[in-house]
Amino acid sequence: MSENSTAEEIIICQDVCKWFGDFQALKDCSLRVKAQEVVVIIGPSGSGKSTFIRCINRLEEHQAGDIIVDGIPLTRDVRNIEQIRSEAGMVFQQFNLFPHLTVMENITLAPIQVRKMKKEEAQETAMGLLNRVGIPEQADKYPGQLSGGQQQRVAIARSLAMSPKIMLFDEPTSALDPEMIKEVLDVMQELAETGMTMLVVTHEMGFAREVADRIVFMDGGEIMEVGTPEHFFTNAQHERTKLFLSQIL
Amino acid sequence: MTTVAGTPSDRSVLPITERYTVLGWVRRNLFSDLFNSLLTLVALAFIVFIARLLLRWAFFTAEWGVIPANFNLIMRGQYPATEAWRLWLVIHLLGGVVGITWRLISGQFSGAARILIAIPFVLMLIPFFSMGTRLNLLIAAAAAGAGFYIAGHMPIQRRGRAAAYLLLAYLVVMLILLRGIGAEEGPMPPVQPILWGGLLLSLLLAFFGITLSFPLGVLLALGRQSKLPAIRVISVIYIEFIRGVPLISLLFMGQVMLQLFLPDGFPLVDRVLRALVAITLFSAAYTAENVRGGLQSISRGQYEAAQALGLSTYQSTMHIILPQALRAVIPVLVGQFISLFKDTTLVALVGIFDLLGIARTILANPDWLGTQQEVYAIIAVLFWIFSYSMSYASRRIEQRLGVGER
Repeated sequence: MSENSTAEEIIICQDVCKWFGDFQALKDCSLRVKAQEVVVIIGPSGSGKSTFIRCINRLEEHQAGDIIVDGIPLTRDVRNIEQIRSEAGMVFQQFNLFPHLTVMENITLAPIQVRKMKKEEAQETAMGLLNRVGIPEQADKYPGQLSGGQQQRVAIARSLAMSPKIMLFDEPTSALDPEMIKEVLDVMQELAETGMTMLVVTHEMGFAREVADRIVFMDGGEIMEVGTPEHFFTNAQHERTKLFLSQIL
Repeated sequence: MTTVAGTPSDRSVLPITERYTVLGWVRRNLFSDLFNSLLTLVALAFIVFIARLLLRWAFFTAEWGVIPANFNLIMRGQYPATEAWRLWLVIHLLGGVVGITWRLISGQFSGAARILIAIPFVLMLIPFFSMGTRLNLLIAAAAAGAGFYIAGHMPIQRRGRAAAYLLLAYLVVMLILLRGIGAEEGPMPPVQPILWGGLLLSLLLAFFGITLSFPLGVLLALGRQSKLPAIRVISVIYIEFIRGVPLISLLFMGQVMLQLFLPDGFPLVDRVLRALVAITLFSAAYTAENVRGGLQSISRGQYEAAQALGLSTYQSTMHIILPQALRAVIPVLVGQFISLFKDTTLVALVGIFDLLGIARTILANPDWLGTQQEVYAIIAVLFWIFSYSMSYASRRIEQRLGVGER
């Protein structure tokens, strides 16, 4: 790691710890992600994967250690937090689209409000993004009128509308019916190919194997093992990694 | 699988017993079995019994003479008759404003619009109205039609905003007309609010009570959820204190005790205004709790999605949280506003002559002794008309916003 210059390391987490009351959810988690890298985080449920990526845009507050995103240290300073949030898009398991706004309004709200973009310009960008995720014809519908897969693709477009440097995915396909998982994974794969830096928590091993540059295995709040997909699926070192993979594959 | 021999059942046609006919409906809903038939008959007998009593009273016993004789009093209290033209002007303008805003917001002349435009014409049928009154109602209807027509031929870009400005301007003009302006001998001499009365005052108290308490209540609800302890504590104390006392005690506070707290020589605020302040403060606390219910119905994911997009707390409150929270509580809020409208009658107890206060003065007049039933019946009908209109309007708004679908 040390030979890489920090300039191209866009996410730096050093000894991050997080407690929920007395329960320690994250134990000294350290991870460096380079620009344009796709990192997939896997692990059993309750292992702290979601908590970890939610710390990176401060949806959860870490209590010890350092997180630096694109050179901005994540502190209690609200300006830093807002800056990091507008550079890191997030996609949630439950989509979290705004049900009272149309698809178009969902996507253009943040660019207009936060980036102070002109409405027409924001709508143009949004149409481009909807084309990219393959549902331009749904622009004027409400989220409740779309299928789960379509909603998740809108959520991805909504995040991309802020032109983020990083995308965080928190189990993006876990709430989807099986036949809709692929359409979302396809969009994510296309995104990875265009060079987006991505941090993905998922149970989709096929996606991890094909798209990830590196895979992180977490268990019990610790990062147990980091490596390339080949390393992981053929030559996992840690006992718990092997156990987990044997259960899931 | 058993089919009746000789009658091959066609499964693509609705069975005849399931088709909608009047008789079929009656049979299925009123006489489906012995017990239901019995219940239907008993209920029917009860309805006929009550209706006969009511109709016999309304057409043969009741002395309706008290209503026409005191009609002006019921409508506008002691507002001077020489200045009544100002009230009519307020109504004419209301017609125009309703016509214009209807065109701007809804765009079409349908359903509810027909009901609205019919109101003046129905009122014209009231037998004891003078020709002048009927003419004034006709002018209001004409103003509404003209407003609707003109607004349709104007190139207005931001229709919602234009309607909002128009309503605001109307309120200002209305208050100036009611209150009067200039010298005592001028064309529009001041009329002190304490002289406003009857239906006029009840509607004004309710309208301003609702429109002023609503924003205050929303702020208090947000304050109660604030992360800043000072704001949260103040909001909680305010809400819990106000909800802990009856409205009538606040009204008395305003009328009787306010002077004790103010320094000597402090100009006393008008009594009607003091009552309005009490009503507003009271209603705001209830609005706050209702809105809080809406805020709590918003899932954490909505806050998180707004945060993750980089929206500030203010932006996410205005664009994400409040719109959803308020939609969720429209039925509750309207219920509260209706009850506020009826609660305004409490001002009669502190010597302000709203609809109920006027009723009491009429009944105290020796000429009209023993007409309680007639007077209170009319007061009740008036309250019902306006309360029901509010409830009807709220259901239409819910439908338009698609509450429960999105």
